[in-house]
Amino acid sequence: MYSDKVVDHYENPRNVGGFAKEEAGIGTGLVGAPACGDVMKLQIKVGADGRIEDAKFKTFGCGSAIASSSLATEWVKGKTLDEAASIKNTEIAQHLALPPVKIHCSVLAEDAIKAAIKDYREKSGAGEKAAE
Amino acid sequence: MNIANQNIKSANQDNAGVNLPKMPIYLDYQATTPCDPRVVEAMLPYFTEHFGNPHSRNHKYGWDAEAAVEKARAQIASIIKADEKEIIFTSGATESNNLAIKGVAHFYKDKKNHIITTNTEHKCVLDSCRHLELEGFKITYLPVQQNGLINLDELKAAITPQTMLVSIMAVNNEIGVIQPLAEIGKICREKGVFFHTDAAQAVGKIPLDVDAMKIDMLSISGHKIYGPKGIGALYIRRKPRVRLEALIHGGGQERGFRSGTLPTPLCVGLGEACAIAEKEMGAEADRLKKLQQRFLDGVRAKLDEVYLNGDAEHRIPGNLNLSFAHVEGEGLMMGIKDLCVSSGSACTSASLEPSYVLRALGVEIEMAHTSLRIGIGRFTTEQEVDYAVEHIVQAVQRLREMSPLWEMAQAGIDIKSIQWAEH
Repeated sequence: MYSDKVVDHYENPRNVGGFAKEEAGIGTGLVGAPACGDVMKLQIKVGADGRIEDAKFKTFGCGSAIASSSLATEWVKGKTLDEAASIKNTEIAQHLALPPVKIHCSVLAEDAIKAAIKDYREKSGAGEKAAE
Repeated sequence: MNIANQNIKSANQDNAGVNLPKMPIYLDYQATTPCDPRVVEAMLPYFTEHFGNPHSRNHKYGWDAEAAVEKARAQIASIIKADEKEIIFTSGATESNNLAIKGVAHFYKDKKNHIITTNTEHKCVLDSCRHLELEGFKITYLPVQQNGLINLDELKAAITPQTMLVSIMAVNNEIGVIQPLAEIGKICREKGVFFHTDAAQAVGKIPLDVDAMKIDMLSISGHKIYGPKGIGALYIRRKPRVRLEALIHGGGQERGFRSGTLPTPLCVGLGEACAIAEKEMGAEADRLKKLQQRFLDGVRAKLDEVYLNGDAEHRIPGNLNLSFAHVEGEGLMMGIKDLCVSSGSACTSASLEPSYVLRALGVEIEMAHTSLRIGIGRFTTEQEVDYAVEHIVQAVQRLREMSPLWEMAQAGIDIKSIQWAEH
């Protein structure tokens, strides 16, 4: 029932782990809910050039949720924030060949990317203001 | 331990003669059981040489089939200490439950209109009751306590002069807990209310005695007790007599309760399954109890925060329902694909809702998502248990390292303090 790509990401997840939240250049997205059976934490590390130089994730959820977030960390690396923010859940779902009941996993991954970017922008914006 | 087991082992020996577990390992004995080879052997002649219609009264083919069916009926009666005249064959426990509940409701509808059941019953009982509600009957769905057992005082309080039937399962299919049948039977008899029990998961696993437990109707399933699928039985008490309106009309077989030609081979199979279970129940329960403990001890030796759902004492030895905190059940099942278990998470089901049974126990919805049902049975070996424990432990450890909830729990963050956006 799972596609080969989902199985591959589940068995060899890319970029599992995390960065210290408070560190400069880090944006953290935490989406989903334990009661719904999936929670994703996706973090980005933004370099001086404004590109995402690294990304990490941790996910509580089914194989498709783990695969969606693993794939998301792969895809955001090397992208600018605007490029990363334009990743669509449909692209994730298509790449992983998710069945209809698992589409919400890809939606969650898109939300996690957007939440991490938002968190980074808020933090860096606040940091700049504080420095003024 | 028996012929069947030896067969399974010999089919799985490697070249060095070492017994390897048969892959994938079946740990879902509450879903169904394999037919015992002794059962199949008993059935076979009734497909071919003894093919007669058991209702044919005029020749030897019919008489032979009838004799086989009546022997099976007696074997079934014996395991629940009933009289063979009180057993009727059905297509399975779903039909037995439908017949018992709807049958009594429809027969006594002019006198009474209230039925009591519990909210952890099998879907076929709950759905039969919902159907009767649409017809105007009143149904009380008793809640269960945190251990999965009903509160007898609540049962007593729920019975009214309008109550015709109490239907409470003997053993729960998800959490394996055993309801206090004798106490329930006593209360029902005193109040003049019929007591039906869905014993699909109980027959052959715990001793049952319809007289001592004052049970008026009892449902039996073939495929849960190493018998064939497609056959079951319903015990219907004769003294004091329980009357039912039939669901299936026709030639008036089974004393008019259930028309249709009896499937002789399946009847023989159910009878044989009961006879084997009755003979081996004591020793088998001891063996499974040890395996169950070995499983639980093995998992808990390596993992923290593993919770047993359902009462630890009042439980059949073949069932463990465990929540592995912070690891989602379906994700976990994917990591143990050599093990056939089932999950309370039900993420794949259309509803996306976790088990209603676990929810009825008051298990937190997030904990319900982390549960596995592990069912062990007649062909489960110690070696299989050890293999399963090792692989479950590995998978849980790996997934916890990947789980943001586990990380928070380790950091002392209460996940309930977070504002989650439910989706």
